[in-house]
Amino acid sequence: MGFVNRDIVSIKDFKKEELEHIFKTAEKMEKDGYDSTLLRGRKVGLLFYEPSTRTRMSFDAAAHALGAETIWFAGVEGTSVMKGETLKDTIETVANYVDLIVMRHPFDGSARWAADVTTNRTKRGHKKVPIINGGDGKNEHPTQTMLDLYSIRKTQGRIDGLEIAMVGDLKYGRTVHSLSYALSMYDCKLKYVAPDSLQIPEHIETFLNRNHIQFTKHSKIEDIISSADIIYMTRIQKERFPDENEYNKVKGIFKINRALLSRAKPTARLMHPLPRVDEISVDADEDLRAYYFEQAGNGVPVRAALLSLVMGAIE
Amino acid sequence: MAGNTTSKDAKNGLMVRPIKDGTVIDHIPPGKGIKIAEMLNLFRQDSVVIIGQNLESTKYGRKDLIKVENRFLRSDEYNKISLIAPNATINIIKDYEIHEKKKVTVPDVLEDVAVCTNANCISNKEPVPSRLYTVSRDPLVLVCHYCNFECKEGLIRLKA
Ligand SMILES: [Zn+2]
Repeated sequence: MGFVNRDIVSIKDFKKEELEHIFKTAEKMEKDGYDSTLLRGRKVGLLFYEPSTRTRMSFDAAAHALGAETIWFAGVEGTSVMKGETLKDTIETVANYVDLIVMRHPFDGSARWAADVTTNRTKRGHKKVPIINGGDGKNEHPTQTMLDLYSIRKTQGRIDGLEIAMVGDLKYGRTVHSLSYALSMYDCKLKYVAPDSLQIPEHIETFLNRNHIQFTKHSKIEDIISSADIIYMTRIQKERFPDENEYNKVKGIFKINRALLSRAKPTARLMHPLPRVDEISVDADEDLRAYYFEQAGNGVPVRAALLSLVMGAIE
Repeated sequence: MAGNTTSKDAKNGLMVRPIKDGTVIDHIPPGKGIKIAEMLNLFRQDSVVIIGQNLESTKYGRKDLIKVENRFLRSDEYNKISLIAPNATINIIKDYEIHEKKKVTVPDVLEDVAVCTNANCISNKEPVPSRLYTVSRDPLVLVCHYCNFECKEGLIRLKA
């Protein structure tokens, strides 16, 4: 399907069939177990300019499960980056050591630039080293979106026809923006639950309207709790509010606990990109609808599928 | 046409002097003439430069105009002009006659011409050639190749 040596930079680069292919591959790996010889002899570079424990560990776990080696740094302390090395120079160097690079970087667009750098190397006779974006600033984190979709599909048996509610900071939340873009390829009903000042931005609304996606906006979780198939919580950050009073007013409204969750459909699932702070109370963890830890766990099969497809170990 | 002046030029009193060889940039939005002249480094050359400001224009009400002798524009300069004056016309003058008339258009891709408006973009943080795609010309909207940021008219800056 044309995954070999492909850069995974933006969720918008993918068609629905391609996503479906990734999910089927991941599903098969989960079911049959990981083939520890599949990526034997391959090296994966994990370049984490910001320490993102979950993303790095799940890529590391995925690579090792398939027999690949990883070399990595997490945080720039003690690296050549501290001495002022540009991203281009780091990529040019590391591309000599590895077959694939996973990168997390604080600047928007850094993943596309890194992909351009390794593509330009091929004009000098080097092999292409594909880049997987593990989060570039506020811009994209495509493997998070893929594991979110995979989790929805896995728990509901489908994505089409579902009612998906997103709650919390919808204005600045990168995960809900990417998820909205991705869900526009499916036939879903979207519900956005947020305080007015943190509602979904206009450019996403425009995009959804252009793609004829049904969506509604709400100001409290109670509006959506009994009908949603997926409740996707995100954290509201204090820094987003001009003063503490404003923050305290909304803080309590966009929280979910076990009592509130018990009003959801039995088949509904509560998701969260993690880390959570207090928007989901700990007592909700015991409810069978709480799915955020399993959701994070789904990062491993999805990332294992991507590594295998991009490195051409499976078709 | 006798010389590179028009009857409108005459009305505007732009009879200062026709140029023998060079370039006339016409239909510049009022107030942008100086900006374009600066961008093209016209003040740092020895030949004749005439900048007309707030001239009458049948099409746009008011306009600026630049005449410059012995200077012809490169394609990257056309691209830069198009971002400041999307409706500009460039007349190439040879031996007092209009040799060629060109309208500028914002190209589909702007390679290293303008700056991405997103301060956190890699192209503003490290030595990276900027690359912007034109998604709309009126109003002008450019999208960054790297960070997908939409750069809107009025906020777009040229690369130094
Ligand atoms: Zn940018």
